[in-house]
Amino acid sequence: MSLEVKNLTKDFKIRSGMKSSNFRAVNDVSFTLEPGKTIALVGESGSGKSTIARMIAKLENPSAGNIVVDGKDSNVHGRALRDYRHNVQMVFQDPFASLNPFHSIAHHIDRPLRLHGKASNAAEAQDQVIELLERVNLKPAGDIAKRRPHELSGGQRQRVAIARALAPGAKYLIADEPVSMLDVSIRLSVLNLLARLQREDNLGVLYITHDLATARHFSDEILVMYKGNIVERGPSDEVILNPQHEYTKLLLGAAPNPANHGKLRDSVRAELAAGLSEDRDQFGTRGL
Amino acid sequence: MSNNNLHPDFDSDGAMSAGAGDELVAAATPGGTLVMDKDAGVPEFEEAAANSGPVKTRRFKDMLPRLDFKLGLGLFLTLGIVLFAIIGPFVTQDPRNYDNATFLKPGGEHLLGTNNLGADLLAQLAEGAAGSIMVGVVAGIIAVTLSLFFGIVAGYVGGYVDEGLSLITNIMLVIPGLPLIIVIASYMESRSMMVIAVVLGITSWAGAAIVLRLQAKSLRNRDYVAASRVAGEKTWRIICVEILPNLLPLLAAQFLSAVVLSILSEAGLSYLGLGPSGSITWGTMLNQASQHNAFYIGAWWWFIPPGLMIALLGCGLSLINFSIDETINPKLRTAPAAVKAIRKAEKAAAKAAKKGATA
Repeated sequence: MSLEVKNLTKDFKIRSGMKSSNFRAVNDVSFTLEPGKTIALVGESGSGKSTIARMIAKLENPSAGNIVVDGKDSNVHGRALRDYRHNVQMVFQDPFASLNPFHSIAHHIDRPLRLHGKASNAAEAQDQVIELLERVNLKPAGDIAKRRPHELSGGQRQRVAIARALAPGAKYLIADEPVSMLDVSIRLSVLNLLARLQREDNLGVLYITHDLATARHFSDEILVMYKGNIVERGPSDEVILNPQHEYTKLLLGAAPNPANHGKLRDSVRAELAAGLSEDRDQFGTRGL
Repeated sequence: MSNNNLHPDFDSDGAMSAGAGDELVAAATPGGTLVMDKDAGVPEFEEAAANSGPVKTRRFKDMLPRLDFKLGLGLFLTLGIVLFAIIGPFVTQDPRNYDNATFLKPGGEHLLGTNNLGADLLAQLAEGAAGSIMVGVVAGIIAVTLSLFFGIVAGYVGGYVDEGLSLITNIMLVIPGLPLIIVIASYMESRSMMVIAVVLGITSWAGAAIVLRLQAKSLRNRDYVAASRVAGEKTWRIICVEILPNLLPLLAAQFLSAVVLSILSEAGLSYLGLGPSGSITWGTMLNQASQHNAFYIGAWWWFIPPGLMIALLGCGLSLINFSIDETINPKLRTAPAAVKAIRKAEKAAAKAAKKGATA
């Protein structure tokens, strides 16, 4: 019972004029995601994180390697593909783009329920839509269900997206930077919601992020990606506290360190005290 | 304000960020996933704020253009002509009643006079309105349907399907329209109005198809389409339910353009004598007027009304189209006002400068 990613590789063809070259976005990536566990995939933009997510969600086809869910290969079409999607769902990064502006919130959750046979008629589906919205803390659910996406805030939309991913009864959830587009004040509550749902449903979560602090907080295992390769992997605390690879160290160095709070401010103040800006109104605040 | 006075602000700021720092440390303490069990404890400001508003279930209303002078005039002209086409035949003579005197001037019993055969021209104008609008609408529907198929399927499916459909679209685009229509029309022995409409429809969809293809290409990469695929929606359902509704304003604009173009083309064809045989449209009226030298005789009431009607209907539909354009692209709405404001400001500045110079 696990989602296994085996030697996954993705090449993109880049055409420039008559010449074409291959760009390897993901190179020979393997890992195993078990129910109830969280794996964090950390790396900079363009390191191949999202490509892995899209391949697992069957939005892209891998150039090599395969994905095996509960012993079944995912290289499938038709009914078998629906079974695969039954188990693997995805939460997208941008909640402002992942909901169709034309349709109501109810439609977004109703469709996966119907497609995966969770509800056979409209009344049943409506009850489950309300139930799912309440599970992701969107209350009053009946009210929210009637609205359209533009009437909700970013955090609310991302909750809707999470409810949609849960609707088919998935066992594995791919969360592609689920909080990076949200206000800082909302992020923690959305992450806590994900953690709660994970506990309730024993979900396996692939948490993709570029934020090492939440990766450590949220996950059991961290994989660090750099230019399509996994350069470091291990239990979260191990990776954070004892980084081996240069790139991991660089990432850690780039994260804001609480111990350094105020340093920048202090250095500015020191400069001001030294009279560097005595005769220059550098910030235009002299006359205030 | 001196620099020293700024310090208290800095300090309070510093205290705040230190607090935030503590929280970060707490969040990052080792212990796995489930330590932070404050789901209910985290205040959710956003929900409270967004829930206070009344529930609105607007759907199509957002997509309708604003009613302003432009749209009002466009609707007035278009609906007026449509009403004329519907009501006209009931209040006028039979347009093929040739018992009247010929070349009667407008006025009296015949508001728009009669032609060389003695047919009442107001009756012909009303019958012609129905004919022209019919041809325009049928051709418009055919053109939009074809452009929908060629554009959206090509754009969404991509690959070889895209290559094939695009090839056909591009060929149709570069074939010169009017000559092709003339060739097709002149091959046909008898041409009914429907035949003309179909010919106009299948020769005028290519431009719209290219726009739709690009739109579909952009829409298919939206996350909500990807999300529907992940949910397991079928391709045709994604196209019809997820993508098409978002293209409705564009489709409406393209439909109106196609109608205007078809009405004009029909008039042109009829004027050349290749229009629907046996039917009365504005184009055939113009054709007969020119054949019987109405201009030299001075029978202006024969050729000016149909020409004017074509111009007015084209104008009305185009005005509606502009309003739809403004809903698709709100920048167009504010652009004229912005240009005006800049011009005004420049003028005011010039005036002020002049005043300054004289003072």
